[in-house]
Amino acid sequence: MSIPSDRLYSESHEWHKVEGDVLTHGLTRFAVEQLTDVTYVQMKPKGTKFKSGDIVGEVESVKATSDVYCFGAGEITELNSAVVEDPSLLNADPFGAGWLFKARLSDKTGMTSLMDAAAYAKHSGH
Amino acid sequence: MLRTPLYDFHVEHGGKMVDFAGWEMPMLYAKSGGILAEHHQVRKSGGIFDVSHMGRVKMTGRHARRLLERLCTRRISDMQEGQCRYSLVCNEQGGIRDDVIVYKNDEDDFLVVVNASNREKLLGHFEQVRAAGDLNVKIDDQTLKTAMVALQGPRVMPMIAQISKEIPALKRYRFAVKNLVIMKLIVSRTGYTGEDGVEVILPASGMEMALKLLLKDVKVGEADALVKPAGLGARDTLRLEAGMPLYGHELGEETNALGTTLDFAVSLDKDADERGEKFIGMEALKRTRDEGGPAQKLVGIRLEGKRTARQGMTVKVGGKQVGTITSACLSPTLGYPIAMAYIGRDHAAEGTALEIDTGKDALLPGQVCAMPFYKMP
Repeated sequence: MSIPSDRLYSESHEWHKVEGDVLTHGLTRFAVEQLTDVTYVQMKPKGTKFKSGDIVGEVESVKATSDVYCFGAGEITELNSAVVEDPSLLNADPFGAGWLFKARLSDKTGMTSLMDAAAYAKHSGH
Repeated sequence: MLRTPLYDFHVEHGGKMVDFAGWEMPMLYAKSGGILAEHHQVRKSGGIFDVSHMGRVKMTGRHARRLLERLCTRRISDMQEGQCRYSLVCNEQGGIRDDVIVYKNDEDDFLVVVNASNREKLLGHFEQVRAAGDLNVKIDDQTLKTAMVALQGPRVMPMIAQISKEIPALKRYRFAVKNLVIMKLIVSRTGYTGEDGVEVILPASGMEMALKLLLKDVKVGEADALVKPAGLGARDTLRLEAGMPLYGHELGEETNALGTTLDFAVSLDKDADERGEKFIGMEALKRTRDEGGPAQKLVGIRLEGKRTARQGMTVKVGGKQVGTITSACLSPTLGYPIAMAYIGRDHAAEGTALEIDTGKDALLPGQVCAMPFYKMP
C-alpha cells in the first residue's frame, strides 16, 4: 500500500499536506479501510477557526462514526463538495479526490508531532 | 481464535477477518467489493455467507421434545418432521437468553441452532434444565464437526432448481436431509437477510468438496457471478432492513421477551395443550402481560437526512429521553437512515415524531415506522 511522501500523518490517521500556509487535509487509506464504506461526510463549515488537535468534522460509514482531527491551527477555507455529494470517493481515492478540506494555517507548531510517510507506515502496520 | 472450515475460502476472496465471538470471521471481502457491494449483490442476485460460527446442538432421546418444550417460548409439540421453528430461550425473569432455530427430525431427534456468542452459555443451560428434570436426552454440540453456509438472494432458488427438484419445493421454514454418497446435507429454507434462500449444514470435512462443486457450477469467484461471498457487515445491514433483531443489540438477558417485535415467538398458553409444558420464564412473562406489558417496546425508526444513528444513542420526544437506539445504518437499499430502538410504550405508536441525540450537539429528526423496513418484492 503506497503512502504519499509529500505529507504529514497523525496517529489518528489523518494526512496533512502543507504548501506555504495552505493545508489540504484528508484521511489515510488505512483509516477508510477501517471505517469500511463511507456514507456521510460532515466537516465544520468554511470560516471555522481551529486549534491544533481540534475535531474538525465527522465521517460516518456503514459500520462506525469517527471524529476527524486536524493538527496545526488555522481557518477552514474550502470544503470538498464532491466528497460530500459522493462519500464513496473517500474509499476510492483517499489521498487524492477524497480530500476533506483546505485551510489557511496561522500556526504550524502543532504539526511538529506529526509523522512522515515512513514513520506512519510503521504506525499503521505496513 | 477458532476458524471455520471456510477459512481458506475467506482468505482467497480477500476477507477482512475480525474476531466475532471468538471466531475469525470475514467482515467483508475485498474481492466482492465491500459491505455495500455485497449488500446489493444479495438483494439483486445472491450471496454466500459462512455461518459456521453459529452453534449446532443435537438433542436426541425420548425426552428431547420435552426438554425443548421447557426451554423454548414457542410450542414444539405441534411441529412436524422436517420443520424449522424460530423461538426464544428465556431466563426465569422472562429475559432473553438467546434466539434459536429448532429443527425437528423426528419425535426424539432435534437440532438447535444458536448464536455463536451464546453457545457455551446455552450448552450449560440445556444441561442444567435436562438434569433438573431428570430427562433422558443426549445433548451433543456438533458445532466444530459441521459447517454451515447461507445462500441468500432472488437468484438462489432458480439456481438450485437446476440441480434439485426437492429443495425449491420446500416451504419457508422447512428442511430436507439429503444423503449424498459423500456426505449428509441439511438444507433449510431459512435465512437472516429478508431474501429467499437456503441454509445448508454439512460435515466440516465435506466443506472443501462442496465449495469446489459450488465454485464450478456457480463460479463464485468471478466478477459477474450469480452468488458472491458476503461477510458479517452485509449480514448486519441486510437483517436490519428486514427488521430482524440481533442478539446483543435488540435481544439480551435484560430484554423482556414481550417487548420485542417477536410476539409470535412467545406462546404464553402453551401449557394448556395435552402435551404442553410450561417454559422457563413463562410465569414472569404472564405477570408482565397482566400488568399491561413491558414498559419499553422495540420499534423501527426512519430518520431524515443522511446521518446514521448508532447503538447507545438516546431517543427523545419533546426534549425528554424516551429510549435508546439498539441498531442503525444508512439503509443501502432504501437510501435513508433506519434504526431500531427500545422506547417507552407511550411513544411507540407508528408516526410518532422523535429526535435522536448523537451526544455531540446534534439532534437527528425521525419518526416511528413499521418494520420490516424492506420487504422483498
